[in-house]
Amino acid sequence: MQLPPALCARLAAGPGAAEPLPVERDPAAGAAPFRFVARPVRFPREHQFFEDGDVQRHLYLQDVIMQVADVPEKPRAPEARLLGRVPAFACQVAGCCQVFDALDDYEHHYHTLHGNVCSFCKRAFPSGHLLDAHILEWHDSLFQILSERQDMYQCLVEGCTEKFKTSRDRKDHMVRMHLYPADFRFDKPKKSRSPASAEAPGDSGERSEGEAMEICSEPVAASPAPAGERRIYRHRIPSTICFGQGAARGFKSNKKKTKQC
Amino acid sequence: MWSRRQGRLRPTVCGVEELRRRRREREAALRKARREQQLVSKRLLRNDAPEEAGEGCVAAILGETEVQQFLRQAQRGTEEKEREGALVSLRRGLQHPETQQTFIRLEGSMRTLVGLLTSNQALLQLEAARCLHELSHSEQSTVAEACLPATSYLLTYLSSHSSDFIELCLYTLGNLIVESEAVRRQLLPQGIVPALAACIQSPHVAVLEALGYALSQLLQAEEAPEKIIPSSILASTLPQHMLQMLQPGPKLNPGVAVEFAWCLHYIICSQVSNPLLIGHGALSTLGLLLLDLAGAVQKTEDAGLELLACPVLRCLSNLLTEAAVETVGGQMQLRDERVVAALFILLQFFFQKQPSLLPEGLWLLNNLTANSPSFCTSLLSLDLIEPLLQLLPVSNVVSVMVLTVLCNVAEKGPAYCQRLWPGPLLPALLHTLAFSDTEVVGQSLELLHLLFLYQPEAVQVFLQQSGLQALERHQEEAQLQDRVYALQQTALQG
Repeated sequence: MQLPPALCARLAAGPGAAEPLPVERDPAAGAAPFRFVARPVRFPREHQFFEDGDVQRHLYLQDVIMQVADVPEKPRAPEARLLGRVPAFACQVAGCCQVFDALDDYEHHYHTLHGNVCSFCKRAFPSGHLLDAHILEWHDSLFQILSERQDMYQCLVEGCTEKFKTSRDRKDHMVRMHLYPADFRFDKPKKSRSPASAEAPGDSGERSEGEAMEICSEPVAASPAPAGERRIYRHRIPSTICFGQGAARGFKSNKKKTKQC
Repeated sequence: MWSRRQGRLRPTVCGVEELRRRRREREAALRKARREQQLVSKRLLRNDAPEEAGEGCVAAILGETEVQQFLRQAQRGTEEKEREGALVSLRRGLQHPETQQTFIRLEGSMRTLVGLLTSNQALLQLEAARCLHELSHSEQSTVAEACLPATSYLLTYLSSHSSDFIELCLYTLGNLIVESEAVRRQLLPQGIVPALAACIQSPHVAVLEALGYALSQLLQAEEAPEKIIPSSILASTLPQHMLQMLQPGPKLNPGVAVEFAWCLHYIICSQVSNPLLIGHGALSTLGLLLLDLAGAVQKTEDAGLELLACPVLRCLSNLLTEAAVETVGGQMQLRDERVVAALFILLQFFFQKQPSLLPEGLWLLNNLTANSPSFCTSLLSLDLIEPLLQLLPVSNVVSVMVLTVLCNVAEKGPAYCQRLWPGPLLPALLHTLAFSDTEVVGQSLELLHLLFLYQPEAVQVFLQQSGLQALERHQEEAQLQDRVYALQQTALQG
């Protein structure tokens, strides 16, 4: 297919519309038996017309065809990206002596453990949004006062603006309306003490490491769910990790009873 | 950039023939799936470091005891490296469908995995997420649906700050989304659309590409036009952001643009609220992108740019059918004749690299020229009639569309037909009259009729070049008879 040489120049030149030639239609043009009518055509999504393009799209998704043209991007650490490995280095946060040999691993560690950390109780949260909710609900005395009179507990689902009187009501809402799990780990009610609770035998619940995130493990066995809200803490910090204030708090703090296993 | 994922777990002893054969097979399978309206594809992210892909790179299938063992080790191991190693072994085993089945049948396995996913051990989290990702990629519904307990956490992590982790969660979610309506019925109330909308602010290209993928899977769903697009998507800020991702310039990333162009296509062809998109400047953004593509196509050899061109063409073509196009600002947003130039450059590119996309390009040309004297004039003044005619031999579908575009031009009257004749048009028509395809011939007859009407001198030449014999060939054909007869009369009287 040969294109006129001036075409590329036209593309490179400025915008503009052609001055249209005069339109002059003869009624005989559309007279039977001829039936042509100039009209734009639309195709709905499932139309067979799209088959070839769709198949190509899916070949690309399945990675059978080559990738789209590369625009050189500035990698954050080019060597590390290529090799995945750099000489071992330690986390720079005071008190954390985790060691890494890949920048990606470090990035994830940093964001998980040191990213959204509550300055009051040193708990880490996956997002700023959850951290903000935590600080408000756990450490803001004004919040406590206000919540006695109005609905203050905001739904944690992004985009939902519902508010509730108690954190229990909020949890119910999240379970019913948003199909969240009843034991959603980032929605822990604040309690001053957790009652010592019996663990069901054969409990294979999860353990949490260190103090960074609250993990509530529930008995997996068939014991009925306890009536009130209970929390079971288990702390076991491997020797390769040391924490500063956070770790110490886990063992020495009197705020919460911990149940050692 | 998806290119990062290139060298993953494929057996290295794979010749070019083998690859081609595989591609043909996949293509046939996809066509069949599409005809049955079951077109589902998932993405798999495997970032194995070189040493892992060394000897014994093909992982073994794990039995029930081994899966249990690895899970227990990951959960309760003392050394962190040990725990991580256990999850890595599990993840490798999960590359096998059999291991996946074993895993989901094991009681408490998903619960344990979710616990590891939400632990505060960053590397365990990542490995657990990778295990989930393998599961999400399964072709078996039971396996993918077993991942449902993890979705609220995957969504929560979308607002975290670790870009690699977010990327992984997005691809996993994208795979789950496409699995079944049951899965989407859980994800939608869990707030997947707002969560995705929040992600679009990310500065990381890899995250944006993953986001585009997940979104495109959501929008491709069968129930999307009714249940997802009107309520969630159009109510959010996603459409504006999507268009921003498509604006040409130094920040345009082709991999990201491909995903969002497809997203836009699914929205537009659902015809839910296209005037809204036009109001956001979709036509001008896409038009400029088309110009950009034409420029890129001229420079790069084989870049897969047709993957981006295809949805852009579709979006433009469908948008042009909206009545709103005429009323916004009182005139068409798209008037720049560079669009026609760009389109022809792309048509040439398709002709050489991907002929199956020619109909889509010609579709846009039809929609541009149908009601636009200006664009029809551009076709003439930019000397594009002859290149257009060169496409006639490609296929019947292409022939019909070329002839339709020519009819669009011819029907505008004598001023236009004068520029169509003399020239290569008449010989081309005599040639297409020799085709056996009824639609091609029918469209040729329509064009002839217009040509004879507005340019009567052409009749003589037609007769001299055995036009009547060409017509006679079709006078028995039911769908063509009347028109053949009418033309014969015109020719004989002229």
